[in-house]
Amino acid sequence: MTRRELLLSALSAATLSDIASAQQHAQSAKESDAAFRYLATADAREIEALAAQIIPSDGTPGAKEAGCIHFIDRALETFDREKREIYRTGLAAAQKKRAELFPQSQTLAGLESSQAIELIRGIEQTEFFKLLRTHTIMGFLATPAWGGNQGMVGWAHIGLEHKMAFQPPFGYYDGAAK
Amino acid sequence: MIRYKPSEVVDFIVIGSGAAGGVVAKELSTAGFSVVVLEQGPYIKEKDFNHDEFGVGFQHDISNNPKLQPNTFRTNASEAATLGQRYNYGRLVGGGSVHFTANYWRFHPDDFRERSVFGDVPGSSFSDWPVTYDELEPYYTKAEWELGISGLAGSNPFDGPRSRPYPLPPLPVKSSGVLFERATKKLGLHPFPAPMAVLSQPYLGRGACVHCGWCETFGCEMRAKSSTLASVIPMAEKTGRCEIRSGCYVRRIQSNAAGRVTGAVYFDSRRREVFQKSRAVVLSANGVESAKLLLMSASKRFPNGLANSSGMVGKNFMWDLGGLVSGLFDHPLNEYKSVQVSRVIHDYYAADPKRGFYGGAGIDARFDWFPITFGLDGLPPDAPKWGADYKKMLGNYFTHTFSTLSHNTSLSVETNMVDLDPSVKDSWGLPAPRLTFQLHPDDVKNAEWVQKRQVEILEAAGATKIWTYPLDDVGISTHLMGTMRMGNDPARSVVNRFNRAHDIPNLFIVDGSSLVTSGRQQPTATIQALAYRAAEAAAEAAKKGEL
Ligand SMILES: Cc1cc2nc3c(=O)[nH]c(=O)nc-3n(C[C@H](O)[C@H](O)[C@H](O)COP(=O)(O)OP(=O)(O)OC[C@H]3O[C@@H](n4cnc5c(N)ncnc54)[C@H](O)[C@@H]3O)c2cc1C
Repeated sequence: MTRRELLLSALSAATLSDIASAQQHAQSAKESDAAFRYLATADAREIEALAAQIIPSDGTPGAKEAGCIHFIDRALETFDREKREIYRTGLAAAQKKRAELFPQSQTLAGLESSQAIELIRGIEQTEFFKLLRTHTIMGFLATPAWGGNQGMVGWAHIGLEHKMAFQPPFGYYDGAAK
Repeated sequence: MIRYKPSEVVDFIVIGSGAAGGVVAKELSTAGFSVVVLEQGPYIKEKDFNHDEFGVGFQHDISNNPKLQPNTFRTNASEAATLGQRYNYGRLVGGGSVHFTANYWRFHPDDFRERSVFGDVPGSSFSDWPVTYDELEPYYTKAEWELGISGLAGSNPFDGPRSRPYPLPPLPVKSSGVLFERATKKLGLHPFPAPMAVLSQPYLGRGACVHCGWCETFGCEMRAKSSTLASVIPMAEKTGRCEIRSGCYVRRIQSNAAGRVTGAVYFDSRRREVFQKSRAVVLSANGVESAKLLLMSASKRFPNGLANSSGMVGKNFMWDLGGLVSGLFDHPLNEYKSVQVSRVIHDYYAADPKRGFYGGAGIDARFDWFPITFGLDGLPPDAPKWGADYKKMLGNYFTHTFSTLSHNTSLSVETNMVDLDPSVKDSWGLPAPRLTFQLHPDDVKNAEWVQKRQVEILEAAGATKIWTYPLDDVGISTHLMGTMRMGNDPARSVVNRFNRAHDIPNLFIVDGSSLVTSGRQQPTATIQALAYRAAEAAAEAAKKGEL
């Protein structure tokens, strides 16, 4: 079996009304500073700081520019409602770790990049971080209708041109074959 | 479209409008019969399809949703079954033919007599079919021409004889196909253009593929994928005798004291119970759902479920087995464009006793990934999972990777089965199917052997990095086969060689469930050839007044 199919079980499925409302919410999240539906703004900024280490903004757009946090907000508001607790306790644990490692710091968003990376190495294997990784990647690469991948920056990063139609040759080797 | 009243006794009810049900509905209605197709999923059309990977792949927009219709799973009967999705099918008018990858392989002549050719395999119920390739050949041809299949006749030296070429030439080769072809030829193998249920040119009023790439798991906006939704269902409706009644979830096939079926009870879209009467029933709900429905339809006369005097309903469940191996290449492949597959080999298809186990495989070159699935799981297992290096690799690998996928035999084993979970219910209060499945030891040996062949091919193709995926977890099955096997012996099989239930003269079971062996996966061509043949037999019997 392909890993892709295994993944189908990784996330819980939404009901149709969940999907409809998630998409409506996503519409209003088009601008990356739109209000959050579920997350408190302060928490959202903290989570966003962690997401920004998963897909950093190193010269090209990352999770932050893609608005992955809006995908996460929609997820927790609608189809992944039952995962709220994982975020709540996970974020609290991350804050505790931050205070231990960097007693001078106030917020995750205020950490230096190298500090944030050190912190994440300590929580990499937790359920919270694995879920955050999944959500961040989904937000980066799903259609913009779900709140992330704003301006299709995720697709641009992986080299996917979104067009309704293509003509062969599609790549280097089939081009060279002609 | 015609509308029948539930109280009206129609000639046929067809339960399920998928790969098989769509064909049967078209054949029976064009033969002059009144037909009601009861389909649980929605009737959505080309204009409603989209390129939303998250909706289609993760929120089950057009497939079975485990939140509404859960299943349980265990590896053997002594284990407690646990919740978690283990099978996947298209849940809409057109069923799995709408979202399938569209690989359209005929089984080989030896598939139908493989038990005789290879010999017994201990610990399995490996059997010959009661049908031969030659008997099925005209129906394969009919399916290819009526549905619209692209391919190159004669290019696969291992194929059986065919009476006509494909109606359409193959789709354009992709970069993966060019590399795969070069590599397999270097290894002395015989690559051929993938036969696909996708139009390479306009055909029968439908548009050709525009290579958008959003194909596997998606519905096609161009009507270029030859689903029953795009091809035969419109023909059925045009007769004025076939009603496609969507949003209708059948919960019971009704039978009488005389041992005949009399119609079907379903929940309509507002969850009201309705009884539709009919002279005969064709059950085409797929390998899992058809078994579930027969077991749910027990009566005084049929206490173990309908058509189950043999006790074989639900047994011999075969899984969609195979393995993925990926490779990285120097130049861009852009595999995200066009259909998933363009080249295939059948050199390892036949089982060879010299290998020391039963088994075989077809192998194709493909890109089985979309942006999200690739981002989550497409990189090599040793790749970083996050951070700047992850981001960099993701940016490079997505356009420079292709995979080979093997399509492996799944031996039939009687204890692998579908039955009703004793406690878990779905959102309508009906029992959830319980899947019991364990690999046969030969399935395991075959998978390991085939994976080595896939690695060889990617090496010969010049991959700069090659990575595999674990073979021990069978994951989610998408090819649902074998639960109501076909046979001549009513004590060992559920349907006869024309898909008619041994126990009930006016009940036909026509879908993936009747398959006796798994071929090398890609069962849909065979399911549809059998559907054409069964529909012809049903129409003949009905005309003679035998139903
Ligand atoms: C992602 C994916 C890729 C695939 N790729 C390939 C491929 O490349 N090649 C290949 O050969 N096969 C492929 N398959 C498999 C293929 O889809 C199936 O083999 C085929 O659709 C099975 O046909 P069927 O008629 O048995 O059932 P289905 O096509 O599953 O049709 C059954 C229909 O019955 C309906 N139904 C079920 N229960 C009820 C009920 N109680 N009441 C009313 N309606 C009901 C369902 O909603 C469905 O529409 C793929 C499958 C998936 C999921």
